[in-house]
Parts: sequence; C-alpha cells; structure tokens
Amino acid sequence: MKRIDWRGALLRPQFAALAAVLLINWLLFPGFFDITLQDGRLFGSVIDVLNRGAPVAILAIGMTAVIATKGVDLSVGAVMAIAGAVAAVLVTGGASAIFAVAAALLVGLLCGLWNGILVTYLEIQPIIATLVLMVAGRGLAQLVTEGSIVTFSDPVLIFIGTGSLFGMPMPIVIAAVLALVATLIVRKTALGLLIEAVGVNRSAARFAGISSGLLLLVVYTFAGFCAATAGLIVAGDIRGADANNAGLWLELDAILAVVIGGTSLLGGRFSIPMSVVGALIIQAMNTGILISGFSPEFNLVVKSGVIILILVLQAPMVSQWLRARTVERKAQ
Amino acid sequence: MVEAVQPVVQARGIVKIFGQHRALDGVDFEVRPGEVHALLGENGAGKSTLIKILTGAYQPDGGEVLLNGAAVRFSDPLDAQGHGIGTVYQEVNLLPNRSVAENLFLGHQPTRFGIVQRKVIEARARDLLATYGLEIDVKAELGSYSVAVQQIVAIARAVELSGKVLVLDEPTASLDRNEVAKMFEVVARLKARGLGIIFITHFLDQVFEIADRVTILRNGKLIGTKALPEVTATDVVRMMLGKDLALDHGGVGVAEAVQGPARVAFKSLGKQGKVAPFSLSLHEGEVVGVAGLLGSGRTEMARLMFGVDSADGGEISVGGRVVSIRNPAQAVAAGFGFCPEDRKLDGIFGELSVRENIIIALQAKLGWFRALNRDEQNEIAGNYAEALDIRAADHEMPVKLLSGGNQQKVILARWLAIDPNFLILDEPTRGIDVGAHAEIVRTINRLREEGMAMMVISSELDEVVAYSNRIVVMRDREMVAELSGADIAPSVIVAAIADNPGGQNVKMEANA
Repeated sequence: MKRIDWRGALLRPQFAALAAVLLINWLLFPGFFDITLQDGRLFGSVIDVLNRGAPVAILAIGMTAVIATKGVDLSVGAVMAIAGAVAAVLVTGGASAIFAVAAALLVGLLCGLWNGILVTYLEIQPIIATLVLMVAGRGLAQLVTEGSIVTFSDPVLIFIGTGSLFGMPMPIVIAAVLALVATLIVRKTALGLLIEAVGVNRSAARFAGISSGLLLLVVYTFAGFCAATAGLIVAGDIRGADANNAGLWLELDAILAVVIGGTSLLGGRFSIPMSVVGALIIQAMNTGILISGFSPEFNLVVKSGVIILILVLQAPMVSQWLRARTVERKAQ
Repeated sequence: MVEAVQPVVQARGIVKIFGQHRALDGVDFEVRPGEVHALLGENGAGKSTLIKILTGAYQPDGGEVLLNGAAVRFSDPLDAQGHGIGTVYQEVNLLPNRSVAENLFLGHQPTRFGIVQRKVIEARARDLLATYGLEIDVKAELGSYSVAVQQIVAIARAVELSGKVLVLDEPTASLDRNEVAKMFEVVARLKARGLGIIFITHFLDQVFEIADRVTILRNGKLIGTKALPEVTATDVVRMMLGKDLALDHGGVGVAEAVQGPARVAFKSLGKQGKVAPFSLSLHEGEVVGVAGLLGSGRTEMARLMFGVDSADGGEISVGGRVVSIRNPAQAVAAGFGFCPEDRKLDGIFGELSVRENIIIALQAKLGWFRALNRDEQNEIAGNYAEALDIRAADHEMPVKLLSGGNQQKVILARWLAIDPNFLILDEPTRGIDVGAHAEIVRTINRLREEGMAMMVISSELDEVVAYSNRIVVMRDREMVAELSGADIAPSVIVAAIADNPGGQNVKMEANA
C-alpha cells in the first residue's frame, strides 16, 4: 500500500499560494487570525474567508468532476439562482422548509441532468450545452420569482445561510461535509478512476467497456446538485432570492478554483480537496483586499495578478525548470 | 560506395542525457549527398533523439553537428530547416482543411503588394508536384487526398524549404504497398537530385529495398554503419537486438482446425455500408486470422463483434447462449476483449499510469461500486506486467511514456486481466519494434495453447500464417473465404484476396 506523501502534498504551489495570501492579509491587517466565540458561533477574518468561500467551494466540488471529464459547466451560477428562487417562492407560499429545500435540490438535479443529456446524448460541446442553461436559467429564475426579489423569514432556510453548528457557520459545515463525502465517494468507489479515464480518452474508455454516457449524466447531475446547495446558502444568507444577482459570475470563480487546484481543463487527473483550496485562495484574496482598505477597484486587478502567478508556477515549463534546479542542487 | 564524398550532415560523438539516462552515448552518424541512409534500432534505441538533435529540436550535451564540414548549432527545427534540413513525420502535420497549394507555400507565399497571389501559388504548386510525378488538383483540400499523397506533399514542402537533407520518420507506417512504391519513386528522384535522405522505419524489407547504408543504434550506442549489400537482414536484426532472436514462427500451419462446440459464434452479423452479413464461430484454443486489404471490412467486422458499431441484424452467442451486444460495455460483460488498431486513439489512457491502464477494463466490468483497492490493483498490474514482460521503470508512470510495443502489451494485459472468453487483436504488431513484435507473436501462441479463442487481424501474412488455425479473407466488405489446413499459406491467401477484385487495383497491403 502506498502511503500518501503528506509533505509532498503540502509543498504544492497551491498551499504556498494560500499561505502567502494569508500572510499578506495578516501583514495588512494584524487582527486577521483573531478568532472569537460569540453567542456560540466563531467570528473572525479567517472564519469569514471560509464562510464566504463556501458557495464557490461547493460549486468547485461539482465543477471538478465535470472538468475531469473534459467538460465544463457554465450554468452553475444560474442554477444557484433557480434553486434559491424555488426555495424562496415555496416557503413564502406556505410550504414547509424541508419541502422547499428538497424541491430546490431536486430542481438542481434536474438542471444538471438536462446539461448531462445535452452533452451525452445530443453530443453538444459542454461549453455550448451549459451556456444554454447559463442564459436561460436566469430567465427561469426570474419567471419563478416573477421578477421581484422574494424575501422570506423562514428560520430553517435562514439557518442554512447564517446558522452555525458547534460554533462553525453552516456554509462551512455544509461545504466541508460535501467535500468530504464527494472525495470519499470518488476515491472509495471506482468513480474517480473511471471519470479520469473518460476525461483522458473518451474513445479508449468506450473500448475498455466503460459506460461513459451514464457517468457523464451522473457528473453533470452532481454539479447541478452542488449548484443548488450553494444557491440555498446564498439565499439563506440574504434571506431572499435575487434572480438577477444570486450566483452571478460564480461559475467563473468555480472554474478558476478548479484550475488553481491543479485539475486540467483538458480533463483527467482531478482533486476535489485541491479545488476547495483553490476556492479558499480566491476568497482569501477577496477578503484581504476588502479588509486591507484598498479600494475595491483593486480587487480584480490584484486577483488576476495572483492567479497569473499561480498558473505560471503550475506551467510545465516552470515546474521542469524548478525540478532541474533541485536536481542540480542535490548533485552539488 | 563513394568514399571521398563529404557528408552533407554529420554528427560526431553525440551525447544526450535526460536526467540520469544517457539517451545517446557518443554516437557518430553521417549522410552523404545522394544517399538514402536508414537509421534503425528498437524503440528506445535513440533514433528519435538523434533525429531531434540533427533537426535542432534538442541540443546535444556533448559532441557536435557538422553541416558540410563546418560545426553548426541549430537553435530550433526552423533554424535547421533554414540550413537545409527538413523533416517529414509519420503523421502528416500540415493543414488538412487548406488546399494542397496553400499547404505547399504556407508561410512563404509569393505576394504582390502584400496580397497572396493565388494563381501564382497554384501554378507553382502544380509544377512542383509534377516533378514528383504527382498530378492532382492543387486547389482541392489536402485532407481529401490519401495519406500517401499528403506525405508526398509534405515531402515536397520540406524539400522546397530546406533542400539538402530530408529526414523521413516512419513515412510508410500507414501506407499500403502501392503507396509505399509511389513514395519510394519520390525518394529515388530526390536521391538522384543529390539530397541526403535519412530514413527511419520498422520495416526491414523497405530498408533493403531503398537504402544505401544503414546505421544501427541500440540503447543509445552506435552499433555500426554498414553499406547494404554487405549485410543481410539477419545481420541487421542481430545488430538491433544484440542477440540471435529467431522470429519463432513455429512452422507454417502449426495448428489443426479445432473441432467441437464453439465458444463464441457470430451468425449473420452485418451492417449496411460497413460489412456484409458474415458468420464465424471460434473454439477454445483457436486463433482465427483475418486477412484482407485496407478497407476490406476487416476492422469493421471486429467493431461489429465488439459492439463498437451496432449491427443491423444477426446473432451472437457465447458458450451456446445468445447474448445482446450493442455496445462495448456489453461485449466486455460477455467476456470479450478488443485491442484496437489505433492504440493512441482508442487504446491507451496516456496520462494514466501503467497500473490504471491495466486494471481499467476489469474495473469497468466490476462496476462503480466494487472498486479494486490499491493492493489488488498492484497485484494485477504486477502479475500481467511480468507475464507479458512490460518494460516500465515504475507502474505508476504515465503509460504515454512507454514505447509503442510496451503500450501494446499494456492493452493486452488489460484484456487478459478480465480473463476473457474471446480476444480480438486488430493489427497487434503494427508500428512496434522487432523485439516487442516477436514477444506479441509468442504471447498469441501461448494464449492459444492455454485455450483462448482469438481473432487476429493482421497485414503481415507470414505472421498470420504462423499462428492461425483458420484464416478468413475479407474483400470488398465481405467475408469471401475461410481457409484451413494446407490452405493456410501466403500464396493461397493472396489468391483469395486478389480473386475478382471488382476491377479495382489490387493494393497489397501486406509486407509479405
């Protein structure tokens, strides 16, 4: 049995980047690592990074599997809006919160299934297939909310967005559980390997007897489920469903998180935990820029700078050069 | 040979090191003008590394490259091209969706006031190709022509751009015999024009047909350079392998046709436009060889059997029970295995490890929830890697880093791991080195003796004849003959293939 190389894993550029971003945040804002317990819930900037990063982390979990199959899901932001809208409209209409949550998740699954069918059976390129729902989804969400922001005061829905469990904010708990369960499922079953095989060479996968169609359906459906979960969190957080803005552009953050996490857009090898780390890097930058007092206009520029740096570090040319240097140093 | 002629390009004491591995160790090599110089060696011998150094893709770690006697250092292939060294690869890397003329002059189109002169290009393209004996519509898309024509266009482009040395890296691997002859005509013309030609191939007979000298590499070392009439094929093989490796054919017609109940039977399987309905049954311990020309329906037949394409009609039974095979997953469930012809496209998972490539079909068969754990995977991969002598430094390395022969063995191991009822091998020895070739042939024989039912599609008649109990012949998408016993002989097969070829040219694809 091969042991996991923890030291090697922690030396990955993603962890170095996360550490660097956190360090800079701390330098800019000395209270960054302070954590306090108030009313049975943890507060602090680090907790805030985790909490705010949770929706993108959850999207990234589903997105990782999709990208590993050499696909992409542009619709997850719109699906977040749909799920939030469905839950909000149902609870304001008098339905029970459990029913509303179940319905929202079911709608997310159906959205994912729709994407999966377009990709698998109609063989539409993933970027186009999911673009359909990215555009149409926000329209659907607006139809559900009838164009207004539907606010609610249902305690269960609000708890999902703002509550806490054992001191941990719910979004963090949900994201952690989802990441753990998804990782266990793909690694303890054969799904992870089969997903990678389909992503690396779909034709060879077919020849090897892998039913890639069903696998793709499951993967896109799961991405829809993750999006709906993130949508519920965002809705619960603002106590309402905003069809226009909920999850807006978050699909791009999720894709970025996956790429920063080291999963190639060409499919194949993937790592759900690393994608979550990617999401945290993105959020740590957002939070850092916010609390450091820079004007928010800097946000996108600084973010793109850091992203370029991380991607350069991951580039094959640079990693080869670094490896060559280490070999040289060892030789001396 | 003329001894006093100065080589047009020369490599002296070339050393190239990758990490710990000396890919080339003090290799000398030269090409004279007007010479076809074959470069031979098993996969991993250092042929491509040497070529990459001569064409500027790699920089040598030691030694020097001389051009017309003067030391040079090419920064990249473009630089080498500028100095007169052009390369044509097995896969044509031109633009299939542009016209022949555009492909010939892409990047150096004649222009007037910055506007490309289409008419001039086309006229020049026609003239240029005429010197190669090729009269085709230069306005048509390159992709609409056969690989052979594309190769010749690629050669014409390379010669046009460089003009002193032409490197042909396995140019004939995907050509049939007529096309190879055509290609050789072109090579002869270029030779007469005084070009130095470096020819890399796996086909020894082609080397003896066209080359003046041959240089053999083994494990990064120069074994020798010989003028061709002075050595025999056996000598060359011995130099390549460093040992006497008898391509053990075990005599012609080794195996009797096997009697008794069929293990797998295909009845009236067919698909409109692909292959006419055929019937074939295979017994335990039986190899059925499939012979036929390219496009005769050989591969299409295998694809129907394995459910890659679904048949219009017919029936498949395994052990007497009728099974439904509409896709490869069902074929694998029925215990079938298929090593496809195009390893890279349909066979290997390049980024995945050797271990994963071996266990993948078994895992697909077991399903999502019965995952093989790491120990089981290591065990299975280890066993089959050993049984088939798969040479990989580590079973965790990506399979794309292995040589073609080892990749083929990995795919074979993948199917043996599911303990198949029936194995289809489509061109299992194409494009792999001599050593691996012999091992695959030995493995086929061993599996037959162990009771496997196999169907082997191959263009190499000598080979098919050596291991088949029966041979079916495909022609014009139809099964036209089934040979057994004394009829299993190349001459009989050729006759069966050639019989009434429907007025078309008989393209003999086999290298027999």
